[in-house]
Amino acid sequence: MSGLAQALGDGWTVTRRNLIKVKRVPDLLVGSTIAPIMFVLLFAFVFGGSISLPGAEQIDPALYREFLIAGIFAQTVVFGATITGTGMAQDVKSGIVDRFRSLPMAPSAVLVGRTTADVVNNVLTVVIMSLTGLAVGWRITTSVGEAALGYVLLLFFAYCISWLMAYVGLLVRTPEVFNNASFIVIFPLTFIANTFVPSENLPGPLRSFAEWNPISTVTQAARELFGNILPGTPEPTAWPLQNPVLYTLLWGVVLLAVFVPLTVRQYQRAAAR
Amino acid sequence: MPREPGPLPHVGGVDHTDAVDIVSARGLVKTYGHVRALDGIDLTVEEGTVFGLLGPNGAGKTTAVRVLTTLLQPTAGSATVSGLDVVRDAAELRKRIGVSGQYAAVDENLTGFENLDMVGRLYHLGRARSRERAWELLERFDLVDAAKRPVGQYSGGMRRRLDLAGALVAQPPVLFLDEPTTGLDPRSRLGMWTVIQEFVAGGTTLLLTTQYLEEADRLADRIAVIDHGRVIAEGTADELKGRVGGERVEVTVARPQDLPRTVEALAPVAVGELLTEEHTRTVTAPVTGGAAALVAALRALDEAGIEVQDAGVRRPTLDDVFLALTGHEAEARTTEGTDA
Repeated sequence: MSGLAQALGDGWTVTRRNLIKVKRVPDLLVGSTIAPIMFVLLFAFVFGGSISLPGAEQIDPALYREFLIAGIFAQTVVFGATITGTGMAQDVKSGIVDRFRSLPMAPSAVLVGRTTADVVNNVLTVVIMSLTGLAVGWRITTSVGEAALGYVLLLFFAYCISWLMAYVGLLVRTPEVFNNASFIVIFPLTFIANTFVPSENLPGPLRSFAEWNPISTVTQAARELFGNILPGTPEPTAWPLQNPVLYTLLWGVVLLAVFVPLTVRQYQRAAAR
Repeated sequence: MPREPGPLPHVGGVDHTDAVDIVSARGLVKTYGHVRALDGIDLTVEEGTVFGLLGPNGAGKTTAVRVLTTLLQPTAGSATVSGLDVVRDAAELRKRIGVSGQYAAVDENLTGFENLDMVGRLYHLGRARSRERAWELLERFDLVDAAKRPVGQYSGGMRRRLDLAGALVAQPPVLFLDEPTTGLDPRSRLGMWTVIQEFVAGGTTLLLTTQYLEEADRLADRIAVIDHGRVIAEGTADELKGRVGGERVEVTVARPQDLPRTVEALAPVAVGELLTEEHTRTVTAPVTGGAAALVAALRALDEAGIEVQDAGVRRPTLDDVFLALTGHEAEARTTEGTDA
């Protein structure tokens, strides 16, 4: 019991350290919100007039904006989760991980502190994104409870991705390499999904990929929970999109079950080069 | 796994009943692929003394410190610090040691105070005591004025002092400093030496690594010279210097054909074997008596009518120790990993 309390205390101490960094170097937060705001504006006003939604009688930019925001949310929180990997790689490189490892602290604390701080970071980003969404005409039409569940699901999914990113960051050990590598992987993953266009519009193999992509299901879940499914939209045919909340949760649980132990082990090993 | 009752057998069959050995390593080996960063190191550090691990880049100094501070598991061999095994009792051991590394491991975005406060909390000193201790150390290391500035704005010397302060937060009985002054300007280096001397005067056991004989000479009671992962010599600074022949007169002549006669002329002044280097036209003669020996040497050369281009007394450097002990220069190895 005191072991757990100590681990939580240590985790909180490291979380505080990471949050101080967000406060002192706001560039990171600004950087991770400017891009999605730009995406909202680009998709809403440049592509929105050309993308047709199934079930809609004609192309309607206002309807597209309602469709778009949940997709941007998903993309933004997943990119927010990559900060975890950059941060871990930085900490290994700077030598502070050595200091931490020479202290009598819980081995999980550095990782718990990192991922927790990144959730806080993502909360701030989601608030800014919601305000941007409201500004371009997006609205939540469901109950407070459903909306809250939508946000929690987005953040939970990002938190699980954070652990995967922490693992990769520890493997790569160089923040620059991590940034490039994660961008190359994450960017297409957030596009081969139903984030910006309906997956029905994609050609065969890409469509199947999009339907089973958890980024699609977290988007779909958010759309349902925020009430952004347009009237007349045909029922999805793929199982994941029919059960988006369950499917997303399953992914989250699997990610955590695999990457929490892997990452803790890699952390103990990373510095022990 | 069931364990038989009774006392555990002594590793390596050596019985170290001497309780004053705070650090004790036997046959430490650490390999990375084909590279043997540590190739069977034995070390013993007595309580309350300063032990210097002297060697060039890549000799294995950092690896040795990382093994002793539980950051790295040895491939073979064993080591204890304060009687605790570095592998089996790692968690308990971390409570009793302070470590300051070659690269100041401080957080750039945190202030000096926040860095030390965080370390205090991670040592579980509690909130109030962590703050109090942070201020004590900031005062002691002359960092009070900079306490509320992010460490990113600190100079190299200030960072090192803060890193060292971090190692002292829990007042550990054993301290490990890995190259505490590498990369510092001469003034900051002197400042670091003073600080280190002050706290070892308080009875802390210290193991430090360095590339500089002068530093080991000034700070350490005993020195182990390490090269290619092995201890190649051990003793006090005076003992080591004695092995490289102490002072020497170095004479560079103008004409290469004078070299044999130079050796002849210097022989009476020298207390050991003379060394001739053809390509630099230099003759080196081990001497005693410093300046007086140099005067005698110059007089002898003058009488022989040899034109001297340069002459001087040299004290032994790490390079000399290396040359004498290994027959090769103390150069950084070019194998993978700079200072493994």
